[in-house]
Amino acid sequence: MTKTYLKASLASVAVLASLASFASAGAETVTLNIESWRNDDLQIWNEKIIPAFEKANPDIHLVFQPTAPTEYNAALNAKLSAGTAGDIITCRPFDASLDLFKKNQLTSLNDLSGIDKNFSEIAKAAWSTDDGKTTFCVPVASVLHGFIYNKDAFDKLKLTPPKTVAEFYQVLDKIKADGTYIPMAMGTKDQWEAATMGYQNIGPTYWKGEEGRKALVAGKEKLTDPEWVKPLQELAKWKDYLGDGYQAQAYPDSQNLFTLGRAAIYPAGSWEISQFKSQADFKMGAFPPPVEKEGDTCYISDHPDLGMGMNAKTAHPDAVKKFLAWLATPDFATIYSNALPGFFSLQSAKIDVKDPLAQEFLSWRGKCKSTIRSTYQILSRGTPNLENETWVATANVINGTQTPEEAAKHLQDGLDSWYKPDQK
Amino acid sequence: MSDIQVARRQRRWHIAVFLLPALIVYTAIMIVPLAQTLNLSLFHNDAQNAVHFVGIENFRTLFVEPRWAAQFWNALRNNFVFFLIHMVVQNPIGIALAALLSIPRLPGRAFYRTAFFVPTMLSFVIVGFAWKLILSPIWGVTPSILGAVHLKWLFAPWLGKESSALITVALISVWQFVGIPMMLIYAALLGIPDEVIEAAEMDGVVGPSQFWKIKLPLILPTIGIVSVLTFVGNFNAFDLIYSAQGALAGPNFSTDILGTFLYRTFFGFQLQLGDHYMGATIATVMFFIILAGVCAYLFLIQKRMRRYQF
Amino acid sequence: MRPARSSPARTGLVHLALIVWTIVALSPVILILMNSFKSRAGIFREPLMPPTGSTFSMIGYQTVLGEGHFIRYFGNSLIVTLVSIFFVLLFGAMAAFALSEYRFRLNTALGLFLALGIMIPIRLGTIGILQMMAASGLVDTHLALILVYTAQGIPLAVFILAEFMQQVSADLKNAARIDGLSEYTIFFRLVLPLVRPAMATVAVFTMIPIWNDLWFPLILAPGESTRTVTLGAQLFLGQFVTNWNAVLSALSLAILPVLILYFIFSRQLIRGITAGAVK
Repeated sequence: MTKTYLKASLASVAVLASLASFASAGAETVTLNIESWRNDDLQIWNEKIIPAFEKANPDIHLVFQPTAPTEYNAALNAKLSAGTAGDIITCRPFDASLDLFKKNQLTSLNDLSGIDKNFSEIAKAAWSTDDGKTTFCVPVASVLHGFIYNKDAFDKLKLTPPKTVAEFYQVLDKIKADGTYIPMAMGTKDQWEAATMGYQNIGPTYWKGEEGRKALVAGKEKLTDPEWVKPLQELAKWKDYLGDGYQAQAYPDSQNLFTLGRAAIYPAGSWEISQFKSQADFKMGAFPPPVEKEGDTCYISDHPDLGMGMNAKTAHPDAVKKFLAWLATPDFATIYSNALPGFFSLQSAKIDVKDPLAQEFLSWRGKCKSTIRSTYQILSRGTPNLENETWVATANVINGTQTPEEAAKHLQDGLDSWYKPDQK
Repeated sequence: MSDIQVARRQRRWHIAVFLLPALIVYTAIMIVPLAQTLNLSLFHNDAQNAVHFVGIENFRTLFVEPRWAAQFWNALRNNFVFFLIHMVVQNPIGIALAALLSIPRLPGRAFYRTAFFVPTMLSFVIVGFAWKLILSPIWGVTPSILGAVHLKWLFAPWLGKESSALITVALISVWQFVGIPMMLIYAALLGIPDEVIEAAEMDGVVGPSQFWKIKLPLILPTIGIVSVLTFVGNFNAFDLIYSAQGALAGPNFSTDILGTFLYRTFFGFQLQLGDHYMGATIATVMFFIILAGVCAYLFLIQKRMRRYQF
Repeated sequence: MRPARSSPARTGLVHLALIVWTIVALSPVILILMNSFKSRAGIFREPLMPPTGSTFSMIGYQTVLGEGHFIRYFGNSLIVTLVSIFFVLLFGAMAAFALSEYRFRLNTALGLFLALGIMIPIRLGTIGILQMMAASGLVDTHLALILVYTAQGIPLAVFILAEFMQQVSADLKNAARIDGLSEYTIFFRLVLPLVRPAMATVAVFTMIPIWNDLWFPLILAPGESTRTVTLGAQLFLGQFVTNWNAVLSALSLAILPVLILYFIFSRQLIRGITAGAVK
């Protein structure tokens, strides 16, 4: 039995080996595999992006091979370690990719054409070493936070998008009093909604965007300072405006509540735009996070989310670089931004986005000051992980199982346990 | 060379032939890679990514460093609750169903048996989705069913509350896996020879008392196996909680068990990078917990259990 | 004198209990099947309602079958699952027989060694396994998955089968030995048929985690030609957008083959095998 088994396995290895050599001998074109967590974009890559690239580069064939987002990091790490990962790697922002670069699994792209010219330092920050000298992924897209609202509902209730925090609560109160709609579609079950759509959405207004974030990284501000506790206190008030049983409401529930027309306001990331457009049968508008007083500077989270780099072990570095250089061109940015409204290009050149809701989000870049999510750079490098702790803490605050002050203290204590700003 | 020696040598060869295929595949594909991984628990990397031998330092971190220890003990406690719920709910239901199914000449037996086993065959993605939908306060499956019988006040967002999430997830797991004890017990009940049953009937032992007095003692070894498999399965459980409650096993880690804690640490999650060294440490501790349980079974319980040969 | 075993009242109660649990077991499954035939709005507006004129939609199934490769994915899953079950049963039963039948040094130690595998999730060995498969050129082959699943299934198979084999009458085996039958014949002709119910049980237990596994297909065989159904279905689980119609349809379809396999295996659970073999 064992013998036949061994024979069978040997035979199949031999067959496979011959197949492999046959394939490489017969092919002139180079095939590059792309690793990604963006299952959502499979169609767009296959129908728009890949054909556009292959048309200009007929000798390169691209295969987009996405993995479920929850498995991506683990699967990618395993494949990189064993040398079976694809040629092109989609890069998570900050430490996940920095770690790959430090392990020599991603290569420096400093000599890539367009990387200096077409991107600002800020755009590259998420995929550069701490000293900013080496960039290892081409920045592809960032996402913005704000609120999407049901325009039909607002018209029916004669509401206008709020500009200040006070107006924000007035609007919510009116929707609640009317009772037709759930005021706000958000749940705490998946926890990241509370942290990302809640905390990182309204927070920059209080901690003054980059100013506060940098002070926090430098250790000059603490999470227990009023400007960092305030957003948690605001979140604690949100629970009165969420749907019944929001504690068990998961992210897809929130999306469906809003697009099925049952909720009036959706604390959003700009990535929702294209899906909402195709699913909602009502008009939608968007407003940026409200400011404290009329005339205050507004702050928005404009967060680098996705880049692409080269697997250091690829057999075709030249072809990969050709593709990455193409990613740095406005041609690509135009195709990508319009195929995926809500994923905004990080290139310095102005890209024309046609979708009106995406335009609305994009217009805030001119009016408000941009910042990135406070927990992403450096502060989530140790254990406990500040980003993950923030998920839990913000959900607890909204659930009412922890006060904003307790949550803030817990987060700061966790950070203090490993982070010493002076030694950065 | 005497005949006896020849026989003995031949017998030895049989043993090797019977054992080797399993041992080879199992050792090469499973034990060696796992041993490599567990070995990592004795190492750690420093800021420069250099790896050092640290002895039992990682274990000290896990048990003593307050943040690690808090997570570990929380996960261990939850895991015991999870296991207890399976022992008191899943296994008795499994035994009861198997006993009912083994009633002779029961019409519809094959249908019932299949129906009970269908949940066990589902993928975790489906189970997570189905129960989240059913228990969701928004889409109203449970609230409207309870409303129909005027019990709507009983409803709460169970999966979202710290007090009820763990019990709810454990019961979902019971729902999914009750087919396993049922099948094992059923197979054991089928193995009881007709002669034994007929003899019992001769003595007038029938119905429920036949089950309690004759069959149950005969299937005790199988119940032992079921218990130890439940223990092992529960202390390795991961997928259901991962798909229903996420990698952070919310709310506020109230559904975090050793499996989710391990995977989060080993493979990383979101911005948290995978830490193979601490992950391996947790895996090693889990391994010893499970090993202790299995050894307790093998050496304390199984050895004393009376087996009947048919 | 055979006492009445089934009074109508008692039979009624038995069926009542069985029907109650059938409802508990099946209604979530029916909910899934029902919703797999509905539009997205239909699923979330009224999840309890069966598909009606306005909510009926085959969009999920169209998406899944429109992907074109799903038939192949089913084939891959079947090959991997069936071959793995075969080797798990064969190797597992052989080892279980050795451990339960013969007294030899290391017996207990080997038994414990073979049981170690159920105590550590094999997923932790991923990197080592992947390196091994990459070195032997087995990445993106069915064989890579079959080897892993065989190794993964053996411990449980040995554990369960050894227990059941202990119960096979020693007199029977000794009688066979006196008749001059070889140990192999005793194993294949005498013992295996007697533990058929347990073999069927092990087959079913082995099959389920293999069929539903996402991780190893993702790591070892992500290529188009070896992709399994479960891995194929995960393409519809997006970062922000999950195509629930497609996921529900794909996974509803994926239940069918396991259900059929279950029917096949569970026919082995027919009563009377034991008695028949003894005579």
